[in-house]
Amino acid sequence: MNQQTQLGIRNEELRIYMLIETVIFFLGLSILFYVLFGGADFGAGVLELLSGEHEQKTTADAIGPVWEANHVWLILVVVILFMAFPKVYASLSIHLHIPLLIMLIGIVLRGTAFTFMHYDAIRDRSNIIYSRVFKISSVFTPLLLGVVAGAATLGRITPEPADYYEAFIAPWFNVFSFSVGLFTVTLFTFLSAVYLIGENRDPRQQATFTIFARRLNIAAVIIGSLVFFSAEFEGLPLLSHFAESWFAVGMVVVATLLLPAIWWALIYARVWWSRLFAAMQVVAILLAWFWVQHPVMVNRQEGFADLTFYNTAAPEATLTQLVWALIVGSCIILPFLFYLMKTFKGGRVSVK
Amino acid sequence: MPFLMAIAEYKWIKSGRRVYLDLAKAWSKGVAIFFATGAVSGTVLSFELGLLWPTFMEHAGPIFGMPFSWEGTAFFVEAIVLGLFLYGWDKLRPWVHWGTGLVVGISGVASGIFVVAANAWMNSPAGFDWINGQAINIDPVAAMFNDAWATQAIHMTLAAFVATGFAVAGLHAILLLNDRKNVFHRKALQIALTVGAVAAILQPISGDYSAKDVAERQPAKLAAMESHFKTEKSADLIIGGIPDEENEKVNYAIRIPGMLSFLAHGDFSAEVTGLDRIPEEEHPPVLVTHIAFQLMVAAGFAMMVVGLFYLYFYWRNRAMIFRRWFLWLVGVCTPLGFLAVEAGWTVTEVGRQPWIIYGIMKTEDAVSPMPGLQYTLYLIAALYLLLTALVSWLMYRQIITLADRYESANSIGNSE
Repeated sequence: MNQQTQLGIRNEELRIYMLIETVIFFLGLSILFYVLFGGADFGAGVLELLSGEHEQKTTADAIGPVWEANHVWLILVVVILFMAFPKVYASLSIHLHIPLLIMLIGIVLRGTAFTFMHYDAIRDRSNIIYSRVFKISSVFTPLLLGVVAGAATLGRITPEPADYYEAFIAPWFNVFSFSVGLFTVTLFTFLSAVYLIGENRDPRQQATFTIFARRLNIAAVIIGSLVFFSAEFEGLPLLSHFAESWFAVGMVVVATLLLPAIWWALIYARVWWSRLFAAMQVVAILLAWFWVQHPVMVNRQEGFADLTFYNTAAPEATLTQLVWALIVGSCIILPFLFYLMKTFKGGRVSVK
Repeated sequence: MPFLMAIAEYKWIKSGRRVYLDLAKAWSKGVAIFFATGAVSGTVLSFELGLLWPTFMEHAGPIFGMPFSWEGTAFFVEAIVLGLFLYGWDKLRPWVHWGTGLVVGISGVASGIFVVAANAWMNSPAGFDWINGQAINIDPVAAMFNDAWATQAIHMTLAAFVATGFAVAGLHAILLLNDRKNVFHRKALQIALTVGAVAAILQPISGDYSAKDVAERQPAKLAAMESHFKTEKSADLIIGGIPDEENEKVNYAIRIPGMLSFLAHGDFSAEVTGLDRIPEEEHPPVLVTHIAFQLMVAAGFAMMVVGLFYLYFYWRNRAMIFRRWFLWLVGVCTPLGFLAVEAGWTVTEVGRQPWIIYGIMKTEDAVSPMPGLQYTLYLIAALYLLLTALVSWLMYRQIITLADRYESANSIGNSE
């Protein structure tokens, strides 16, 4: 083989590699935005459940205008998955069929209940039902989202299952997956509490959300460690996986260092700082998880190759088109999104 | 629907008449309800593709994912501008606000076209070579702009305008029957029916293109739509009737000699492929396809006739529009558009069977291996039924309170 063709092959490999990395970047970004914005919406529902009736209006006002936009991120994640990593999409939807289905029911119930709270022209008993459905589905939808993420990490998925249980139940029905689910719910609720402090004018309600934010922050730390314990319990040495990667360790350190910062911001009622720190903490946690997993998307049972970004990627032509769509799409979407946030989220902060 | 809302707001900004503002606001409530329901059911859909058809998606995802990624973009824009529109009445300047409403409509149509392009690919697969059960040489651009996308996209876009125009006009017509001088409903009826009528008159032209297209590419589907069992020259057009698949004939039908040949190939003596040329195991279910097709065409023509009447009245004598019999006729049309849309999708989907990707992959090979999958299907179907029921209930409650919420919807003191 002469040098030129060798160079040609290397160029092609490099091109595909760059394409995959770009897609991963957008996939990560979509997951991140979904957690930061959509997640907080779920959290708002959980907070309603925890706090009782009177904070409801704030929540509805805060979510209303941006609600639809926050949840489109999830659709983007799914579309990227089935277009760029079709085997991952197929494998997850076969083996995690049951939790995904329950999660979908939650998404439907929650979305419609929220809309109906807003758009039912008559206020009567049915409003109580909408509100109840909204709260309950706000808890179990993110729970199952976490379960799915946990199941992808744990590695119980096998392409040659012996029976129904091994194929469709065992991958997700375990302590680890549910710990991740619980952690997700706590984290979302924490985020939401921090965001909502600034959405309020009434000092008493601000105080309520501040207390929630502190308690949930503590809960997140406790449940976060539970995730590690349950991983060991299920035979996944998560702790040593973390320890092997300097980046993951760094992110955990960052997340920990942010704890006092968050408390400072909460105590001195610095709304934007607390929002920023809380969001950064979530980003750090997600990045650590991503780094430990990378390049694996779905861990499979021992003896079977894990599904990675590289061994499941779609052909180059597809990736090229997807990258174009993502870049051009972002150029169209981001200005609109910025304008939306500016119109509704700017200037409502008035604490003290 | 967003276009109706934008037209009303345009008239409000131009004329300053309160009734148009009220109308825009009332309609925007409807848009919000439908959009939110559409958003969640769209999310369900993106997962459901995998939950029900993982094998299909594993192969098809990289090929026909492109329109989905653009659909996602369009949908995202729609969600954002709808938020601005619904909550921005007091925060945005009038023309900016109107602009957001217009963008809601445009991005909605765009996302519809992209989704239809993906469906069209299943009817007219393109952009790959299928070798030993694997797709190679994938070209997503060729897949998106497959042979069927343009005809299908135009047909569905027009159908959306017909269905919405007639449903909205029909509801307002029913309300006018008891309250004939109500300006709110009169204006509403005129805006909605103008849109619906124009689209309904254009629709048969697009339908004709679609039929010729189907005759070319999917003769089995056309044969099932028409219950055309035997290949013959100068084939009859069969209207109505109940196909008897066992004895290969159609009972109680009206026949127009040579018309099918003309419609399918533009020549009264042309040969039209019948089901006898298609291998038995590749026959689509004839009964369902035929009846759905007849329903769609009948509903479409009924609306076209009403639309023609309306435009004639609008041009010659507008008082005729609000005559009792005509309002009654428009009221009857309320569900017809949606009926036609559903029937049309039944034709294209059932008519493609047993294929999920026409000529490439059979539906039975694409389905999820999970036992008990039927329960998933029942559950999702139940969920959609629940959604339908809830949306209808919510819309009903919007309508019965109209007069309380909008002054111009109150008939007292409002005569033209």
